[in-house]
Amino acid sequence: MNSNTPSTSAGGTGSADSTAPRRNSKRPKYSRFTQQELPACKPILTPKWVISAFLLVSVIFIPIGVVSLFASRNVVEIIDRYETDCIPLDSRNDKVGFIQSPQDKTCNRTLTVPKRMKQPIYVYYQLDNFYQNHRRYVKSRSDQQLRNPGKEDDTSSCDPEDTTADGMRIVPCGLIAWSLFNDTYDFTRNNQPVTLNKRDISWKSDRDHKFGKKVYPKNFQNNTLVGGARLDPSKSLSEQENLIVWMRTAALPTFRKLYGKIEVDLQAGDVINVELQNNYNTYSFNGKKKLVLSTTSWLGGKNDFLGIAYLVVGGLCFFLAMVFTIIYLVKPRQLGDPSYLSWNRNPGGR
Amino acid sequence: MGKDRRKKLHLSKIYSFRRGKGGFKDDNAQIGGPGFSRVVYCNEPGGFEATTKNYASNYVRTTKYTAASFLPKALFEQFRRVANFYFLVTGSLSFTSLAPYSAVSAVIPLIIFIGAAMVKEGIEDWRRKQQDIEMNNRKVKKHRGGGVFDHTEWRNIRVGDIVKVEKNEFFPADLILLSSSYDDAICYVETMNLDGETNLKLKQALEDTSYIHDDENLSDFRATIKCEDPNSNLYAFVGSMEFEEQQHPLSPQQLLLRDSQLRNTDYIYGAVIFTGHDTKVIQNSTDPPSKRSKIEKKMDKIIYFLFGVLFMMAFVGSIYFGIVTKDDLEGGHKRWYLKPDSAKIFFDPKRAPMAAIYHFLTALLLYSYLIPISLYVSIEIVKVLQSIFINQDIHMYYEETDKPAHARTSNLNEELGQVDTILSDKTGTLTCNSMEFIKFSVAGTAYGYGVTEVEKAMAKRNGSPLIVNGKDYGVEDRAHGAKKSSIKGFNFDDDRIMDGNWVNEPHSDVIQNFFRLLAVCHTAIPDLDEETGKVTYEAESPDEAAFVIAAKELGFEFFNRTQSSVSVNELDPVSCKRVERSYKLLNVLEFNSSRKRMSVIVRDEEGKLLLLCKGADSVMFERLAINGRKYEEETREHVNEYANAGLRTLILAYRELSEEEYQAFNEKFVEAKNSVSADRETMIDEVAKKVEKDLILLGATAVEDKLQEGVPECIDKLAQAGIKIWVLTGDKMETAINIGYACSLLRQGMKQIIINLESPKITELEKVGDKDAVTKASRESVLQQLMNGKFQVAASSSEAFALIIDGKSLAYALEENIKKLFLELAIGCASLICCRSSPIQKALVTRLVKEGTKKTTLAIGDGANDVGMLQEADIGIGISGVEGMQAVMSSDISIAQFRFLERLLLVHGHWCYRRISSMICYFFYKNVTFGFTVFLYEAYSSFSGQPAYNDWFLSLYNVFFTSLPVIALGVLDQDVSARYCLKFPLLYQEGVQNVLFSWRRIIGWMFNGLCSAIIIFFLCTKALDPQAFNKDGKVAGYQILGATMYTCVIWVVNCQMALALSYFTLIQHIVIWGGIALWYLFLLAYGAMSPSISTTAYKVFVESLAPSPFFYIVTIFAVISALTPYFVYNAIQLRFFPMYHGMIQWIRHDGRCDDPEYCNMVRQRSIRPTTVGFTARSLARTNPLEMENIN
Repeated sequence: MNSNTPSTSAGGTGSADSTAPRRNSKRPKYSRFTQQELPACKPILTPKWVISAFLLVSVIFIPIGVVSLFASRNVVEIIDRYETDCIPLDSRNDKVGFIQSPQDKTCNRTLTVPKRMKQPIYVYYQLDNFYQNHRRYVKSRSDQQLRNPGKEDDTSSCDPEDTTADGMRIVPCGLIAWSLFNDTYDFTRNNQPVTLNKRDISWKSDRDHKFGKKVYPKNFQNNTLVGGARLDPSKSLSEQENLIVWMRTAALPTFRKLYGKIEVDLQAGDVINVELQNNYNTYSFNGKKKLVLSTTSWLGGKNDFLGIAYLVVGGLCFFLAMVFTIIYLVKPRQLGDPSYLSWNRNPGGR
Repeated sequence: MGKDRRKKLHLSKIYSFRRGKGGFKDDNAQIGGPGFSRVVYCNEPGGFEATTKNYASNYVRTTKYTAASFLPKALFEQFRRVANFYFLVTGSLSFTSLAPYSAVSAVIPLIIFIGAAMVKEGIEDWRRKQQDIEMNNRKVKKHRGGGVFDHTEWRNIRVGDIVKVEKNEFFPADLILLSSSYDDAICYVETMNLDGETNLKLKQALEDTSYIHDDENLSDFRATIKCEDPNSNLYAFVGSMEFEEQQHPLSPQQLLLRDSQLRNTDYIYGAVIFTGHDTKVIQNSTDPPSKRSKIEKKMDKIIYFLFGVLFMMAFVGSIYFGIVTKDDLEGGHKRWYLKPDSAKIFFDPKRAPMAAIYHFLTALLLYSYLIPISLYVSIEIVKVLQSIFINQDIHMYYEETDKPAHARTSNLNEELGQVDTILSDKTGTLTCNSMEFIKFSVAGTAYGYGVTEVEKAMAKRNGSPLIVNGKDYGVEDRAHGAKKSSIKGFNFDDDRIMDGNWVNEPHSDVIQNFFRLLAVCHTAIPDLDEETGKVTYEAESPDEAAFVIAAKELGFEFFNRTQSSVSVNELDPVSCKRVERSYKLLNVLEFNSSRKRMSVIVRDEEGKLLLLCKGADSVMFERLAINGRKYEEETREHVNEYANAGLRTLILAYRELSEEEYQAFNEKFVEAKNSVSADRETMIDEVAKKVEKDLILLGATAVEDKLQEGVPECIDKLAQAGIKIWVLTGDKMETAINIGYACSLLRQGMKQIIINLESPKITELEKVGDKDAVTKASRESVLQQLMNGKFQVAASSSEAFALIIDGKSLAYALEENIKKLFLELAIGCASLICCRSSPIQKALVTRLVKEGTKKTTLAIGDGANDVGMLQEADIGIGISGVEGMQAVMSSDISIAQFRFLERLLLVHGHWCYRRISSMICYFFYKNVTFGFTVFLYEAYSSFSGQPAYNDWFLSLYNVFFTSLPVIALGVLDQDVSARYCLKFPLLYQEGVQNVLFSWRRIIGWMFNGLCSAIIIFFLCTKALDPQAFNKDGKVAGYQILGATMYTCVIWVVNCQMALALSYFTLIQHIVIWGGIALWYLFLLAYGAMSPSISTTAYKVFVESLAPSPFFYIVTIFAVISALTPYFVYNAIQLRFFPMYHGMIQWIRHDGRCDDPEYCNMVRQRSIRPTTVGFTARSLARTNPLEMENIN
């Protein structure tokens, strides 16, 4: 009856099938998901894709590499390693003894500015072979105590620098604070002192939320064994930015920490005198100490690694693109060669 | 009417079974002793004695857990796995100060994953619980007292209750039959659920209780039953009933077992003796052997390997840690800032070895990220989803029986993709097990135009047009096919016979006798539909039903059976009218497997005594009379022809008996029947043998057990896929060989190696009867034939072989010292057919293959005789066909038709295998990547145990950011679509050869992970340190390095997944990119929490990472460069060394899939020309001539 209208007849039979109340109650319901026929894209690494992927990577990477390298090269950096030079010649046999003795440890260094340095110029100290990431060291602090004036007694995690010998709670407690870096630097240019801005050198979140505005140092460095710098008990912890910087532990044994900012431009050829107090003991563990003055670019400090790495990978990708092009042209794929089948290569069985 | 008629039947007279009396006295003597202590007071549910006996209730529980035991038991199950146990240990250790991270962060993922696994267990158990509830709440009529029955739930049945079970109901417990609707208190029982046998079994009550026919009779019925204690033996029962102060012995004849079904009987009364878990069927049910897939076993090895790596890492780290810690006090590296002199044991330089040991534990905790904690639960989730796909596959749904495929266990999904050998039953598996009467031969003339599948296959083989009996079936086939569906069991077509035309045939009298025999000589019971007047039959076997139906269709309608007569509506050849004839049924000489024949003795209306007999050719021809062999030669010829056409044949013969002869026989027969000695059966056989002789041959019948739809195509596909198919059948060798051809198991160009024991020498020895000599000669013969076969196979490298072995030879071939040789030969052959094999042999062969080749075996079968095979094989597939549920219940996956195996293996199996193996590889990849960044960072923190990442970054890695993509991979990935899986069956070899989960590939992935870890770690550290990180001159500390590195890891592992996928659906896009997005969201949310919670992650993204271009540049760089090695490898491999799926992908991509030349090129990729699948593949070629040219 419906045969002269094919579309309805087709629809009719279809619906008749599904509506027929045969015993097919257990018939699985059709859906593209259960029948595993979901629409999908089936990517395959065709030569076109491979070559264009490599080319794309190289096209993106090489400019980024160039820009990064350029940024890094624009940064002017002065590094002065001083841990040996600042020991008087007669004490060099016993550096540890010298550093632990109470004598004057003033040391004068002269730095020459190689290129014009625009302000702000960041002053860092760099330590080497210093394991700020040692688990014992990292754990030895009390975040509660640092933040909350009411939690002064929360020093349980600070072992072994939790209390003084007579049982008084130390604020800030723990090994990190105790070993606070205590070398100091004073800069003069042409006998004019260069002011060093030591504010705003820590992360804002640390100042605002991790170090309390009403927490003041107490009993700090009162033990017989003094670790590092002392703190001004009248300044709250959130104002003690050198402590905040120090307590944000470094990831690796070689690290820099921000010491301050010089907010004047330095001209090429300027000679800067640094009067430093060489107090910090890195001699016990053969650590180096460096004073670093550096400008920054949009990419941060001077590190050619990333730029070069980008260029290398970009270049490599370009090279691979070329190689693949040549291979694809010279040696087209042979579909008919059975030796490609992996299980043909080891004729096991029989 | 019908009811009354049946009531009068005293079938006990026809059948030769033993009545309950005269059970063995020594058995009964045991009653009351140990093991036989049960006392049942029938019909006294509230009685005092009944309440003192505390027998189990009829509530049956099949669940693994109860509400109380769930928690401890399920937990125990979970922690039995080594990896989970390890995580339990690390979880507990994380509460000590050894832990490098906070305890909560370590325990929560463990809780999540163990919880998920337990929820899954719980859901599964809940389903079982639902089934239990359904079962326990079935209704049955129970005697309430005073002759009143009312419905009650099964679970309320108590020992001693009297229940009334009606037709087609199941027995709710083990009952003692008291009486039935029949006068002689018999009933028919179908025990399909117990042993898978579909034939009806007769049970009979004691004579003394058979008077009960009304509910009222029971009001003051009292009896005491003493019997054995619950046990699992289905076929034995010892007990006695004290009724009216008399002891009556009880036997299995009175026992009705739970879960069997009452058939052909209107109702029975029974007394409950075993309930619930005491019933024999439940005592008998054992948990199916739990099977684990090869991949999972290998995965365990990988986990052990990773444990090894982990311990190595921890060991190296501890040694180093010990040395540097010791240095802090004495050496040149005194790290005073650590205050080593006041350190606790963990860092104490004075006790450095101890500290190192403690550190070792810490390191074990820290590197635990190398072991994917979510692996097990992810795999379980994935497998359940895969099973749902199998269950839901519309292409594996069988309309006719309304049965979809059903994966009863999800453990073996991926194993389906690795099947090397299929061991198949024949009847009911390859064939439908519905017999169709198709041909017969009477008086030396063959009738029937029907063409069997086998004949079609043979014709195809010989390349000759299909001409049978002068009729060309090439064209008519279709019309024929349409016709046959009209009457089930009857597929006969011959106009010389049909519509009563047979009366004009030359030997119409013989034909008449032939039909009459078909209509009379059987044990079927007619069921007359009063409204339509149509007769249906209930028969013990499908063959028998086919005969009665055939007789009916040919004009001899058997319509009524009374206790002593059989009534047939016959077509009278003289008057050409239908007349009703009744035959007095005197004796039934039953069929059994040793007699291989059955006879009835009847008296026809003229008073003549007739013995009608039908049986197998091997026993019948020798029993013919000298004058009865008139058509012997032709009939033998026809029988052979039929056998060659794959048909089951029976010989029909009769004889007339004289009165005296019958009297003499009957006396002896009754005597034999009533004897109580153990050799009663033999006595009956002897008596029967004496009368079943001097028969006059009438002819032969041929019944076709039709091949299931699509079987040849399916077998061909499977063979093309390189799967070896072995058929284990009980059939004759000729039949088996021909079926083999029909289902394309044996193919043109295959060389057959036939092993049997039919050499003249052995036959001679057998005649002499020297058993030892026969055994010895047989063994030697088998050995010799096996050697020859092996030599043949070894000598020829270009031919495919088929091995055919019969059951007798198989028995020798399976002997300890020969079986290796047999196996070697069998492996060298593409197909193997074992004929006349017993169930135990089937299981033994399966075990031989499984253990001998160490490859995956799949057994498929439908009957109870296949259960051993199904349980022995790596995978058991049950066909949910007509032969009951036994095979299905012991299978791992059930399908409705053999042909669905093709899709199950080639599509689902392949996919599941691929998915699971890729998934596991990827799992290890992602955890190695992550774990090694942690390890490398350790090296830079003097192995002090400081994790590189925030605690929660660590613990959520496996939970959130990388878990969903890998599950999506396991559920959805497809290398090629289902169409191509089927089009290029050789793809399946990837699973058989296990190329996707070889150690090379696994180590390769781990190596890839290692590379990624190294690239990420060194790029991040070198790029970030020590200079300023942003424009403000701030440097990157511990938190920034950790977060950046973690970001890189998340990107890399997710992009790696995207790169490895070959099937990108929307879901994958969502989970992969969603995983990455989730990480940023998490970082935002977590960083916004108060610093006491977020610790080192506080505002790290908002304040430090996000504003700094450096972060993005490092991320992009790390991601691209970590992925490049894999990308290059993959590009080269796919282009120049493609795996098989790669080739198919290329073809699809090039749009060449319909180009026959291309397809052939790929399809013909043979492993070795001699092996499996080669001939199938050569047949699959479009042009067979081409093949010959090449060779």
